[in-house]
Amino acid sequence: MNMLKVTDLKVNYGGIEALKGISFDVHQGQIVTLIGANGAGKSTTLRAISGLVRPSSGSINFMGRDITSLNSQKIVAEGIALVPEGRRVFANLTVKENLKIGAYLRKDKDEIEEGIKDIYQRFPRLKEREWQLAGTLSGGEQQMLAVGRAMMAKPKLMMMDEPSLGLAPLVVRDIFSIIRDLKSEGITILLIEQNANAALRCADYGFVMETGHITMTGTGEELLVNEDVKAAYLGSD
Amino acid sequence: MKKSTKNLINVALLIAMFVVLYLLEQSFGKRSMLITVLKKGAIYALIAVSMNLLNGFTGLFSLGQAGFMLVGAYTYAVLTIPMAKRMAVYQYYDGGIIPFTVPALVGILAAGLLAAVLAALIGLPVLRLKSDYLAIATLGFAEIIRAIIQWDALGPVTNGSNLLKTYPTFTTVLQPFLAAVICIGLIVLLINSTYGRAFKAIRDDEIAAEAMGINLFHHKQMAFVISSFFAGVGGALLAMYQGSLQANAFKSSMTYEILLIVVIGGMGSISGSVLASFLFIACSEWWLRFLDTETYLFGGTFKVPFLRSGFRMVVFSIVIMIVVLFFRKGIMGERELWDLVTPRKKKKQEGTKG
Repeated sequence: MNMLKVTDLKVNYGGIEALKGISFDVHQGQIVTLIGANGAGKSTTLRAISGLVRPSSGSINFMGRDITSLNSQKIVAEGIALVPEGRRVFANLTVKENLKIGAYLRKDKDEIEEGIKDIYQRFPRLKEREWQLAGTLSGGEQQMLAVGRAMMAKPKLMMMDEPSLGLAPLVVRDIFSIIRDLKSEGITILLIEQNANAALRCADYGFVMETGHITMTGTGEELLVNEDVKAAYLGSD
Repeated sequence: MKKSTKNLINVALLIAMFVVLYLLEQSFGKRSMLITVLKKGAIYALIAVSMNLLNGFTGLFSLGQAGFMLVGAYTYAVLTIPMAKRMAVYQYYDGGIIPFTVPALVGILAAGLLAAVLAALIGLPVLRLKSDYLAIATLGFAEIIRAIIQWDALGPVTNGSNLLKTYPTFTTVLQPFLAAVICIGLIVLLINSTYGRAFKAIRDDEIAAEAMGINLFHHKQMAFVISSFFAGVGGALLAMYQGSLQANAFKSSMTYEILLIVVIGGMGSISGSVLASFLFIACSEWWLRFLDTETYLFGGTFKVPFLRSGFRMVVFSIVIMIVVLFFRKGIMGERELWDLVTPRKKKKQEGTKG
């Protein structure tokens, strides 16, 4: 089923056209990745979908509803959560408070407590650091917290912006196994990565972006073996 | 510790505090320096906490506090001057045009409400500004308020630039403390609620907060209005403390004084603001007074250098520089007094157990 349908999306940043009309679909239950160089418009795409920037034209459709002009609160409420680039945990709040903020729009107190327990079961490190300020966590732990925080919103679609950025290789492996776990639990994932190799390996479908356009599409495997993609994003191995 | 026992201890401590205050007042007398400092300290504590709610907890750098205090002080004074005394107070304006008087408590609430309404109105345009621009806009607003209140055409209401007096004042030190305790208690409840957490999230990272579904403008507006409400109440209390009121006293230097208290106490610490308020008031009104008076020792033969009117402010400036350079987090940082009694480490152990 088509969960997210982006049609001819254009975004302007102060006169510069960051997205020049992109269209793509995300199917329910899949991991879909956007890869591309810096400045290709990947983050802008996510920010437009989550309502943090206004598109100048085009439409965004989620679960059959037009969400193009909704604000970010409504979009979170519709079931789209964002794990922002650079993690952006609330540094001066405790781990637990960060998780509670993730559930900000939910009113079911008991279920929120259950949700926090679930997150702790998944990431025991966060449980150990429950009372610590999030700013004192390591990069990997902060990324876990950012993912946990997004999960607290009970999203149907989770959008992740460069989750592996700046993390040690071992931690990156953990992050990608978390992403696969989320998929197996039925959460649809839209993933942005510079680490194209790892992203395409776990993705069902991928889009290659270049300067505001989508230039290639295909399944993860197809793109992995594509000569152009190899040359531009995967290195020579 | 269980929540109920904690509450019990808090209530017991508060009662003990009021008993001690009562005894102090009985033994030192109502006009003693100690009681005066305690009164003003309690009022400043409330105002500093209200400013901390905005600057320390929500991360909005606003410098409009003196303006909202002024609105509160004037609302209180104008509404509570007894009818019989109006003619004397408004001698240049035929007794003014307010045809009624309200009880002190109603006056205090009205003071807070009017300040809050004004905050809601100017919040609409002003809160869209970021950091320094917000500070400049709110500072300008405070100055405009002061000018308007002194405007001759408003004389029948505000008495222009003349003194307002003979309105009800404190009869005991317990009153300002009770008001401050209630208001600060409400602010603490707010900060520990879901809204308070959202305020702190906005302070830490606006974009992430927005991505979590927090409505930035709505929450900033709420913090601004609530902070201004309590600044208005604080202004009314300050008017009661002073006994007479003139708009000229509410200059921007008053805002800086309160900002100084908040910074010394620690941005984001309620108990820090309270501690710093009493320290600041005690120093400026009492302990450092000697710096402002010329002193001769050894039978008048030796004049102590530097001591003269205004030197106190020099010492204050040096203290500010020391705080900003070496103790940037203030006395308390972001901790609270109760964090010192039950440190984070212990909390963490409880956390892993349960």
